[in-house]
Amino acid sequence: MSTTDGYAGASDWLDDDAGPVVRPYAITGGRTDPAGFDLIAHVVATAGEAAIAGRPPEQRAILAVAGNPVAVVEVAASVDLPLGVVRVLLADLHSEGLIERYDPPATPDGPNEQLLQAVIHGLRAI
Amino acid sequence: MASGRSDRVPQALKILIAGGFGVGKTTMVSSVSEISPLRTEEVLTTAGADTDDLAGVEGKRTTTVAMDFGRITIAPHIVLYLFGTPGQDRFMFLWEELAAGSLGAVVMADTRRLADSFNVIDYFERRGTPFMVAVNCFDGVKSHTATQVRHALDLEQHVPVVLCDARERESVKEVLITLLEYILKSGGKPSSNGHAPS
Repeated sequence: MSTTDGYAGASDWLDDDAGPVVRPYAITGGRTDPAGFDLIAHVVATAGEAAIAGRPPEQRAILAVAGNPVAVVEVAASVDLPLGVVRVLLADLHSEGLIERYDPPATPDGPNEQLLQAVIHGLRAI
Repeated sequence: MASGRSDRVPQALKILIAGGFGVGKTTMVSSVSEISPLRTEEVLTTAGADTDDLAGVEGKRTTTVAMDFGRITIAPHIVLYLFGTPGQDRFMFLWEELAAGSLGAVVMADTRRLADSFNVIDYFERRGTPFMVAVNCFDGVKSHTATQVRHALDLEQHVPVVLCDARERESVKEVLITLLEYILKSGGKPSSNGHAPS
């Protein structure tokens, strides 16, 4: 590999394999607070077109995939950003009222029998 | 608030598919998932030091962990997520989050490398997360019996152990149903997140 052509070959380093050009947490301003979004919590965008315009591209990407209720982990996979980054961005969008958040119900006593039966039944049917 | 949107939000459940590197976790997920397994990444940084145990990795600033997951729509209002979870110790910081609120876990084992499953099994036993062991018979040759595997892994008698083929949808369905029936039988033991009454 040539080491003499300086920036001429810089683009060689910027492909999919190289990963993002912007370090992930630069997008969040260095914040890492996961804001308590469960992996399978669902979010749905409430914002109209007007509210989306002018937003940073990462926020727009999230709002675009959240037109229908979608799990946090699916949002992260769709926009190809680390989960922690997506959760910070979701928290921002939520605090601005641009998304609604639906957490999975807390089940301190474990899943109920009726639900487990429904899942078993559903699995047999697929 | 009757927004109407909440009616469209399904109840989301999760099951963990845990096991050592290359044991077939993603294969198992893809065999029953209605979507091609999706991949998401988490970056562990030193900024998370208050919650993540970084002991032993001093000097290492970031770790990226890839997780594959799939989805099964059980009913219009119930969606089951399957998370393939890396089994190595260094990924333990992820397990807590994955295990919290999960129905339970399938520990995938390869009889050639049973030791790879030890720490995962230890973790679920200590945490009280209902789990079972599924031995992936890669070549379709069942070279060991479930009883031999149970013995080798020193599992309690009530923990289900089955032989499976992670490539076969019906086989994976049976594994998941075995886990759910086990959870049902054991009274839906809580996958507690520390709030359980003592």
